[in-house]
Amino acid sequence: MERTRTRTPVVSGWFGDSGAEGGFRLLGTRCSACAAVFFPREDAYCRNPHCAGDGELAEVPLSPRGRVWSYTDGRYRPPAPYVSDPEVPWEPYTLVAVELEAEGMVVLGQAVPGVGVADLAIGMEVEVVGGVLDETTETTWTTWRFRPVTDVAGGDGGDGADGEARP
Amino acid sequence: MTADIAVLGAGMHPWGKWGRSFVTYGRAAARAALADAGLDWTDVGSIVGADTVRSGYPGYVAGATFAQALGWQGARVTSVYAACASGAQAIGAARAQILGGLADVVLVVGADAAPKGFFAPAGGDRPDDPDWLRFRVLGATNPAYFALYARRRMALYGDTAEDFAQVKVKNAAAGALNPNARYRKPVTAQEVAASAVVADPLRLLDICATSDGGAALVLSSMDFARARGVTDPVRIRAVSTVTPTYPRTVLDLPDIATDSVTAVRPAAGSFRASIARAAYEEAGLGPDDLSLAEVYDLSTALELEWYEDIGLCAEGEGAKLLREGATALGGRVPVNTSGGLASFGEAVPAQAIAQVCELTWQLRGTAAERQVPGARAGITANQGLFGHGSAVIAVR
Repeated sequence: MERTRTRTPVVSGWFGDSGAEGGFRLLGTRCSACAAVFFPREDAYCRNPHCAGDGELAEVPLSPRGRVWSYTDGRYRPPAPYVSDPEVPWEPYTLVAVELEAEGMVVLGQAVPGVGVADLAIGMEVEVVGGVLDETTETTWTTWRFRPVTDVAGGDGGDGADGEARP
Repeated sequence: MTADIAVLGAGMHPWGKWGRSFVTYGRAAARAALADAGLDWTDVGSIVGADTVRSGYPGYVAGATFAQALGWQGARVTSVYAACASGAQAIGAARAQILGGLADVVLVVGADAAPKGFFAPAGGDRPDDPDWLRFRVLGATNPAYFALYARRRMALYGDTAEDFAQVKVKNAAAGALNPNARYRKPVTAQEVAASAVVADPLRLLDICATSDGGAALVLSSMDFARARGVTDPVRIRAVSTVTPTYPRTVLDLPDIATDSVTAVRPAAGSFRASIARAAYEEAGLGPDDLSLAEVYDLSTALELEWYEDIGLCAEGEGAKLLREGATALGGRVPVNTSGGLASFGEAVPAQAIAQVCELTWQLRGTAAERQVPGARAGITANQGLFGHGSAVIAVR
């Protein structure tokens, strides 16, 4: 009998389908007093030392696309609390640091499965997508992942990126 | 510019994997430093410990634990924790007490008994802890961050894996001459290239190990040193432990993202560079005055970044400086004459103190085969989790 797992974000409130076009986005917060953006979301206080204060931190979806700032992979099994099955041979995953132009920030994430360091280059355009981090018998833990942009015509269409830009 | 304090004694317990308590290493280092200073433990008015977190919670460690191991004698006690900069903050606390007239002689001690493998956060579900989150959500180990920096250097500046390997070759050559180092064998670039990739592009021999070890310093006021007939001691002239400046634009462990620049334009230069700049300003010295430097080579590639951050060369020219041989023993400004983390492996609360031990021996002219001829001034530089970093400048 097939078991139905609950899909649960690995961290609540960090991502979801809330973009202006309804697509998957990372979710940050923005200070209404100084326009500083925070990811992971900062809900308690603004961390800009020059902020006049008394602003509100409102949820804001981050840009769906960015450019690779750097990348690497994990050839060895990371320690807990990273979840992996010690009975299964370790499969390296790829980490990508992505520069979001509008927010002026770099965000780290895992690449989608199947994308290795050989598939990436600094400056390459990538987009954020929903994915699965790990599963238990009851729960599918969801996360965000980055994947290279292949459909040049789709998406933001704003900057004419070719997905292969290098510095 | 502030007043100097004197380094009367320096001591270490050799780095390694000895399987004993960190208290044993710290006590041995403390006794070595006291012997070097020609002082008894009972002459010490204050002890400052750098906390050993993985062997307990911070309260268990450091000042009081070492004081008990040396024998309670009623000294003022202080314990500090600042990740990799713990040792430097311990020196900073000791210096403030001395300059403030609260103590004449202060013993500073740091020691660690490190676990095998990757550093990992403490156990339990702690989703409000950024260090826990980066492991849970991303599996992002410390070497993963070092690899991100290394890959970016390759893309921006044309650094190569061979350049990184040559940092290891250089530091292993120096470490082979240091009886306190854990790894005391020369290493070839071929051996680095043949070691396993840990986090592309970095290999096992590009990344520092984690070690057991202990380091200690006996510090005093200049008046106390003179009264004991020490007329020309090594002097600590600056201790910089500044925070980053918002917005911080370089991704740093354990963070999942940088600050955003939407509200405030970032200041010029990196956090690491600001640590060194604050030390230079405090000491009234500059990079051209240096005889040597001890920098935190958590990875080979990171050592090249430090060359730029402490002002030995312009941004992007670290590998060129290395290739010229300027930073090797015998070069214009040798870096990591101790052998660095490459030869020691990191013993977190002890490491920033060990860096100052090396400066002390170099400035005294007692570093034997590692000696930089005529050394007059040196800087240490260090950076760790959660926006901690340090730089210490010592002169003679």
